[in-house]
Amino acid sequence: MIIPHAKPGSSTENLTGEWKAYMPVVTGDKCIKCGICQNFCPEGIMGEVKKIPEIDYEYCKGCSICANECPVKCIAMERVEED
Amino acid sequence: MLRTKEGARVIGEMAANCKPQVVACYPITPTTHLTEELNKYYTDGKIPEYITVEAEFSAISALIGASAAGSRTFTTTGGQGLLYMHEPLFSAAGMRLPIVMLVGNRAVSSPLNIWNDEQDSISQRDTGWIQIYCKNNQEAVDTIPQAFYVAEKILLPVMVCVDGHYLTHAVEQVDVADESVVAKFLPEYKYPLKLDPQNPVSLGVYANPTHYQIFRQDLVSDMEAAKELLIEAGKKWGELTGREYGLIREYKTKDAKRIIVGLGSVMDNVITVVDELRAQGEKVGALHLRVYRPFPHEELRKALAGKQIGVIDRDISIGGSAPVYVEVSEALSGTKGTKVSSFYGGLGGRGIKRNHIKEMFEKLKKGPVKEWIAKEAPKAAMSG
Repeated sequence: MIIPHAKPGSSTENLTGEWKAYMPVVTGDKCIKCGICQNFCPEGIMGEVKKIPEIDYEYCKGCSICANECPVKCIAMERVEED
Repeated sequence: MLRTKEGARVIGEMAANCKPQVVACYPITPTTHLTEELNKYYTDGKIPEYITVEAEFSAISALIGASAAGSRTFTTTGGQGLLYMHEPLFSAAGMRLPIVMLVGNRAVSSPLNIWNDEQDSISQRDTGWIQIYCKNNQEAVDTIPQAFYVAEKILLPVMVCVDGHYLTHAVEQVDVADESVVAKFLPEYKYPLKLDPQNPVSLGVYANPTHYQIFRQDLVSDMEAAKELLIEAGKKWGELTGREYGLIREYKTKDAKRIIVGLGSVMDNVITVVDELRAQGEKVGALHLRVYRPFPHEELRKALAGKQIGVIDRDISIGGSAPVYVEVSEALSGTKGTKVSSFYGGLGGRGIKRNHIKEMFEKLKKGPVKEWIAKEAPKAAMSG
């Protein structure tokens, strides 16, 4: 018997990146650390501004906004292979 | 205590004896008198909270909140009112809230009709609610405390279905177990995970594809496990009152060659016909399908395998076969020599009379049929 419930703050335990079909991959040496991708990311999971983005794939939904906004096109969207 | 009262009112008395803490109702024919009765018990102080709401969607939603906050809850509706509850019915079951609801079975629009059939609750069969169909008011009254008993142990909501007008408005003598008997039977309700500001939780929120099905699997296996509890509740109630209940009720089926199966009040008519035909030497029987969800596959196989079966549906699946017939057939599939016929109709208050039932038994002699009960050509006045 399971009662479906969530305690406050449990969104940090529940991973939500599972549904993405494409994942952003950053080519570090092209990155100019402008911070645009980090500011545009709806999930806020691309790390700190003024650093090369560090993506938390456990929450990334694969929306492609970062790749679309990147002024130097250093983010590629790659197909996630399923089992 | 023996009462001679209208069905809806005597059910109200029993509901109050079960001490619900929160009741929320929106009155609708044929259970308006039950909402009145519950309101009277609230005014008298026996029911602590009665929420008057603006519609059935609100009634069930209010009870979802009250039940999640740890209260024993009760409501009633039927027909369009039940259909209007459709979406929150799924939520109540998914959140594992043991709400008990009395459904006064009524036809559905269109055309508008306030009389009896069972299209309303049959169309809610997949919502995750336990469904019990009563064939008379004694059964209805006895089933209410059993519904709370099972609901609160397995944490699933229960619909107790009684035929509108045929039962809700019938005045007959009924033995109503009083509060002290109910108190012996029904333990105090404690929801294991109630909404509480000291220990905050959200109930029934979002589950990912990785988790969602796990909850639904759990719901399905607990619904199956509810069978044992329903039998246990029926036995315990029998020990206290002398009236025992199970998932099905067989009437002269053991040596019967032809048996009619069905839900609700029509089965008392079938039993009368069984006696009449038995007096003429015909080996016939009746089987009242009391619990429709969870569906008692095993019990039906044991009782019906190898016989000529007629299933009465007072509900239809437009474009498909009659729902109860389909499931009885599935339960009996692979059994040797069994033939299952489907008789559907009796819709919108069209009575299923003894001569109709005699015709059904007659037809079972020949072989499987699928046909309307009391089919009639449209009258000239009905077409445009």
